[in-house]
Amino acid sequence: MTDSHQYCTFYLGDQCFGLDVLRVQEIVRYQPLTLVPLAHPMIRGLINLRGQIVTAIDLRERLGLPPRLEELEPVNVVVQTDEGAVSLLVDEIGDVLEVTEEQFERPPETLQGTARDLIQGVYKLADRLLVILEPEQVLSLPTART
Amino acid sequence: MLNNEILREFLLETHENLALLDSDLITLEKNPTEKNTLAQVFRTLHSVKGTAGFMGLVKLESVAHSAESLLSKLRAGEMRFNPTIATAMLQVVDAIREMLASIEASGEEGTGDYSALTAEVDRLREAGENEAPTVPSPAPAQVVEQRVAEQPVVEHPAGAAPIAPQPSVVPVMAPPPPPVAAHSPAETIVIPPPETATETKAANVADSNIRVDVGLLDKLMTLVGELVLARNQILQYSASHEDDAFLGAVQRLNLLTTELQASVMKTRMQPIGNVLNKFPRIVRDLALACGKKVRFEMDGQDTELDKTLIEAIRDPLTHIVRNAIDHGIEPPETRKSRGKPEEGRLRMVAYHEGGKVIIEISDDGGGIDEARVRDKALSAKLVSPEVAAGMSRQELLRLIFLPGFSTADRVTQFSGRGVGMDVVRTNIERIGGAVDIESPPGQGTTIRTKIPLTLAIIPALIIVSGGQRYAIPQVSLLELVRLDPQQALRGIERIQGAPVYRLRGTLLPMVFLDEQLQLAVTRGATDDLNIIVLQADDRPFGLIVDAIRDTEEIVVKPLQQQLKGISVFAGAAIMGDGRVALVLDVLGLAQRASVIPGLKSRAVGERERPAAPAESAGQTLLLFAPSAGGQMAMPLSLVARLEEFPRSSLENLGARQVVQYRGEILPLVDVSRELASLGGHACATKRHEDDASDTVSVVVYAAGEQRAGLIVDRILDIVHDQVATRARANRPGVLFTAIVQEKVTEFIDVAALVRAATTDLLQATT
Repeated sequence: MTDSHQYCTFYLGDQCFGLDVLRVQEIVRYQPLTLVPLAHPMIRGLINLRGQIVTAIDLRERLGLPPRLEELEPVNVVVQTDEGAVSLLVDEIGDVLEVTEEQFERPPETLQGTARDLIQGVYKLADRLLVILEPEQVLSLPTART
Repeated sequence: MLNNEILREFLLETHENLALLDSDLITLEKNPTEKNTLAQVFRTLHSVKGTAGFMGLVKLESVAHSAESLLSKLRAGEMRFNPTIATAMLQVVDAIREMLASIEASGEEGTGDYSALTAEVDRLREAGENEAPTVPSPAPAQVVEQRVAEQPVVEHPAGAAPIAPQPSVVPVMAPPPPPVAAHSPAETIVIPPPETATETKAANVADSNIRVDVGLLDKLMTLVGELVLARNQILQYSASHEDDAFLGAVQRLNLLTTELQASVMKTRMQPIGNVLNKFPRIVRDLALACGKKVRFEMDGQDTELDKTLIEAIRDPLTHIVRNAIDHGIEPPETRKSRGKPEEGRLRMVAYHEGGKVIIEISDDGGGIDEARVRDKALSAKLVSPEVAAGMSRQELLRLIFLPGFSTADRVTQFSGRGVGMDVVRTNIERIGGAVDIESPPGQGTTIRTKIPLTLAIIPALIIVSGGQRYAIPQVSLLELVRLDPQQALRGIERIQGAPVYRLRGTLLPMVFLDEQLQLAVTRGATDDLNIIVLQADDRPFGLIVDAIRDTEEIVVKPLQQQLKGISVFAGAAIMGDGRVALVLDVLGLAQRASVIPGLKSRAVGERERPAAPAESAGQTLLLFAPSAGGQMAMPLSLVARLEEFPRSSLENLGARQVVQYRGEILPLVDVSRELASLGGHACATKRHEDDASDTVSVVVYAAGEQRAGLIVDRILDIVHDQVATRARANRPGVLFTAIVQEKVTEFIDVAALVRAATTDLLQATT
């Protein structure tokens, strides 16, 4: 099987997203966040990951989705980068899925806005669509001011 | 073709040895009869030659070989070490260094031609050979050795003579003792060939030492830091327990952790000599180049300091030494006429004091003339005449630490370019140290730097603001003041809206932390007011926080790239309870609150605040003419340097012009063009392309780490002006317009301009 990929999946609302499983270091349940004043609004704070200080980015905010309900505790999807680990805050965690190339399709032209650059493509699963995120793009924050 | 592992070992070892060679050669120059040092130099070069030969590095081998031959003559006592030889040998060291660098970079020896150098070394050796007969020192040690070997029996009576009385006392025992007695005096003459002794010692040192990767030590340090935190957590937890066995175990854990921490810190400690040993060479070369005679003394090379700090102090110290030789110590004639010995004295001393390392660099030169300092500071508009008039000598001397200050009347190759002691101070303060100066008139100058032992673990004060905890490094803490609600109401006064507090009669500017961090204000009017008096750049200010907790030892960790731009935070730390707390950068905070001049933080998401009128009233302004004509102004505090670059030195980097400046790439911003493009229309440059001038005037702008060059048509003037009349700006990139020197002047928003123009470059570098 040359054309199969494994993705770590998670949810924001009803939408299922996936990240290359090799980029995901671990999943950590909700951790108390230390807020960072003056930071980019997408940065929710800092967490202590076994002695390592990790920046947590709110993926909802990053994708331009409405904020999470207050009572929902987000889950940390910890992603490896060249500069250490970064956490993406998601609503709920899914399974690791194995998908094949035939199921893949580029994002439709109608998908516009910030999200377009962040999405590699879509896998058509039997019961739903799996949206694959581009980790580099998601983690590099846009400069708010031009 | 080369085995990488062996090559790396070789490079590592040789680099270390070369550093020793430098200082050894200087020692020899002063004291040519130093046998051990000579032997050491010989051995080093010999092993370089050997390894180079083994690895097929032909050039390196031949250079080392000719140097070795010369040294073997010296060692045999057939020649004497002299300054000419020293210079040649130092050149050999440089050549070897060059080749090593090339080998490290490319695996090849490089294209350098060293035949002239080897010829010179060979010539020196032959010259020595020719005059050898006139030097009557043909290896006395060898002669003794021979005599002993050949004729122990002949020597016998002579050796026995001094102990002649003894045999007469115990005649029966007479036969056995004589041979022993005869041997021992002979042996004491022959046995100590210095090399054997030092060689065995060196072997022992090698046996008891291993090389360890610094990365591994860093990791170990981090782990111990974590362990300390875990220990603190357990200690907190154990306080609520009464189980004796548990408490005993905790106690042991506590002791062991403390000891482990101390030991691991020690592994990173290095003798400061690793840096200081480079200075004899630097001093020698500089003194020669400046035409001065300098005797260099060092003390306290064994003083230990954290490795990262050792690297951080190298440049500042070099700078201070340069200044001392170039400006401090007078030329020999001047010294003579002043009744001082021709040879100047430069002394560098390192020692421990109160948990810090003190490094003093003192010269016996002319000292600093405070009147000249004052005049220079006034002409550079660093202080106002009124302020200067009221300053004491010590305060005037400290002006040399201000950016843009230089007392040198002329610019030399080594110093006097206006970037000097301020850089030294910034670098030392960056590592939590301090610099001070002492200079009794006419009696030389002493620069004293104080450096913390380590950076890894620092004591910090934990405070609360807006419901969040923050840590403030203790080094910048002066005192804590608490005012009860009544006092607070009366105590905090306002000048044009800016809050101040009278601390023992002096006005202390106040900064509200929650305001600066844009936090929700949780302070009630009936709460006590907590003021933390901090010091940033010698300027005290009061920071108002909600609550003051405790002091804690913290391990500061850098923030990740996404948060790097926020200058008010120095990093983050994990506290005893496992939560993360941000560490405040006092300097950055002070800059943000305009307590000290500097760029407003470039943090993303921060409100754009135009310069408040109160700030710019009565400031020093740089007036210039942009290429499109007109008159513009910017605060002089944002100007690092004024430069002229030859037009040919400008280079293109994508759509942007850059120039190489002090070893860095300086992005250039054409003020007129940039303002026009901000306004959304093409630039109406009136500059004629056939512009006769082949130089470009550039204002070097610096704020924090950011630097940029503003291209202007010409610099007009520097004025200290009260800007009275001002009108709203009519285009983006301009803060406001006002009348300066009877001309309508646009005050440009430099930070915004540079940011707009260099966004692409900044992104490339972060």
